[in-house]
Amino acid sequence: MGFQPIKFYQTGTFTVGNRLLPPEQRSVQADMQRSNALNSGHRACQGCGEALGARYAIDAAMRATGNQLIAVNATGCLEVFSTPYPETSWQLPWIHSLFGNAAAVATGVAAANKIRAQKEGQAESQTRVIAQGGDGGTTDIGFGCLSGMFERNDDVLYICYDNQAYMNTGVQRSSATPPAARTATTMPVGPEPGNVFGQGKNVPLIAMAHGIPYVATATVADLRDLEYKVKKAMGMRGARYIHIFVPCPLGWGSASHDTIKLARLAKETGLFPVFEAEYGEVTNVSKIRQKMAVEEYLRPQRRFAHLFGKSPKLDVIARFQHIADQNIYKFGLLGEDKATVGYYGVESV
Amino acid sequence: MLKQIEGSHAVAEAVALCRPEVICAYPISPQTHIVEGLGEMVKSGEIKQCEFLNVESEFAAMSVAIGSSAAGARTYTATASQGLLFMVEAVYNASGLGLPIVMTVANRAIGAPINIWNDHSDSMSQRDCGWIQIFAETNQEAADLHIQAFKLAEELSLPVMVCMDGFILTHAYERVDIPTQAQVDAFLPPYSPRQVLDPANPVSIGAMVGPEAFSEVRYLAHAKQMQALELIPKISREFQEIFGRESGGLVRPYMLDDAETVVVALGSVLGTIKDTIDEMRADGISIGVLGINSFRPFPISAVRRALSHAKRIVVLEKSLAVGIGGIVATDVRLALDGLDQRIYTVVAGLGGRNITRGSLHRVFRMAMHDQLEPLHFLDLDWGVVNRELDRERTTRRSGPIAENILRDVGTASRQSV
Repeated sequence: MGFQPIKFYQTGTFTVGNRLLPPEQRSVQADMQRSNALNSGHRACQGCGEALGARYAIDAAMRATGNQLIAVNATGCLEVFSTPYPETSWQLPWIHSLFGNAAAVATGVAAANKIRAQKEGQAESQTRVIAQGGDGGTTDIGFGCLSGMFERNDDVLYICYDNQAYMNTGVQRSSATPPAARTATTMPVGPEPGNVFGQGKNVPLIAMAHGIPYVATATVADLRDLEYKVKKAMGMRGARYIHIFVPCPLGWGSASHDTIKLARLAKETGLFPVFEAEYGEVTNVSKIRQKMAVEEYLRPQRRFAHLFGKSPKLDVIARFQHIADQNIYKFGLLGEDKATVGYYGVESV
Repeated sequence: MLKQIEGSHAVAEAVALCRPEVICAYPISPQTHIVEGLGEMVKSGEIKQCEFLNVESEFAAMSVAIGSSAAGARTYTATASQGLLFMVEAVYNASGLGLPIVMTVANRAIGAPINIWNDHSDSMSQRDCGWIQIFAETNQEAADLHIQAFKLAEELSLPVMVCMDGFILTHAYERVDIPTQAQVDAFLPPYSPRQVLDPANPVSIGAMVGPEAFSEVRYLAHAKQMQALELIPKISREFQEIFGRESGGLVRPYMLDDAETVVVALGSVLGTIKDTIDEMRADGISIGVLGINSFRPFPISAVRRALSHAKRIVVLEKSLAVGIGGIVATDVRLALDGLDQRIYTVVAGLGGRNITRGSLHRVFRMAMHDQLEPLHFLDLDWGVVNRELDRERTTRRSGPIAENILRDVGTASRQSV
């Protein structure tokens, strides 16, 4: 597919209407024929980042596989809000087994698909599998199974919807919870309020260390980028991992209408680097378009309210800024050539 | 074909004949030789169109099995002991979802203290997990039961655990008749799932169920096990027609007709018990044994029928329900509810302790004379036990129990006492 340069002054924003793009580059969601794999009527909260991310990701994967897709879901919000039986929002074959085993169940599905394809005389299975879970089901309880699936290079795309805590059980800390954040198990009390600094697990980097074919991060602020990454992942075989940053209004104490804004700020501050990697090497970085101070990201969220108020914790905010600056340095998030790198995912792969 | 073969390899060959499509396993003694055998057969091409996965834990093994079974593949795994416990959450999930996975449990003790030898603590810990549990007496039966297990599992859409004594069976070389592929094909049709993840007909599996339907779903799990009470003997008869030998079934009576004393047991110890009974019969003692082949479902009616004429029952089991006594014995008592019989529980063979004919003679004769206490621990060293109890009475920091006892029995250094 050829690259179609988009002049951003055409709209003055990052939002480029589909009508400016050739049909093959238009978003899956804009298509009347989209699969609606996660159908309307589910019970996610208003402004749920995970529901938005899942809808775009699974529809993009459905498109990429000609609807030959099976989804495996870890226990968590996405599972609960989508399948309070007899209602199910899933318009594709879907299985939920346990909290910590989505990656392994998906490995089993992929193995069964492979054998069926062999028996039907095909070289490889046309039916593909996605495993998906929240940060708890991915970075904590499901981590062993995830690492095993990576290490064996099983033909599974694992998608983590990272909202930075155990939201389904009532906002408890996970290994993806940022420092200083208030959760039900890291309350803003004592000498070091909220979650402590110096802990946590960067699963995208750990995924890269497995040398798997594809690792990417994305946010729900840039859904076109997410679609592109899912499509790219489904064009590959082996273990693939996409880590999507999905704000949670309930758990973060943010306004429902700020989900996209917060996701964008996480990227624009450098707190959440958006990048792609293949076989353990970073191949593409989404540059920061307009660098923002971390305070802009922290202030709208009540989980960080104890950092502000009458006597702002400037030292803590400075530590956050340091983390963002480190990310900017490590990933080269600020470049000369701003906002051009793979932005629409239309460069040839 | 008759072969002089290790039990584990006999099982591996039997599983191979069932045309498995996905095999996943994590190594744990004494299950290892089974999956090693299968891994080699898949890699060499002897088993065709089968995926063999070396996974990172037993929890993953059962989870992979859940995925492959739900996606329509005939799926096998094997485990033992700590491995079974490590996969427990997924074990319950597999039966809750109604997935016909077949799993060998090479029965082994559970720690602490860590112990690799045989008893039935592992599978007994899972007696309520919703899986069918069948026990093999010999390696021939272990091989045969695996072939029956796939048929049973797939007809009911329930997982089946084939329990065989670790080391005693898994590592024993004996003569086993390995069936032909044609025989197994005639017995076991290709897997036709009741539910499958298929893009052509999308379903949601594993949805959340609230109080309005949970009891019904659980009742149906029970109802399926009740169906198994009919199906297990039927499959055993079908097996006999094709393979020409008796294997499986619910219970296995031996010398019961006029027996005043009846022993109840599971697994390989039945061989030693039968030898003992033969010797006691030669001395004119009226004693018999009932082998329980199907532990879940527990064949209450068949057990009651077989035992109702006995004066006394001795349940000899390689498991201990700490705080009450027997596990099998509790079920046997339920089956004999209202009958006027003495029922003794003998806990034997824990952690691989040998169950000798000499000890069995002694304990059965004590039972015959009704001199046995209701709960008896076979060959327990009371000296060692009492020394430790004494130590705990007199010393606050009495130290780790297992290490104290090892020192007492002389396995560890005596000098550091």
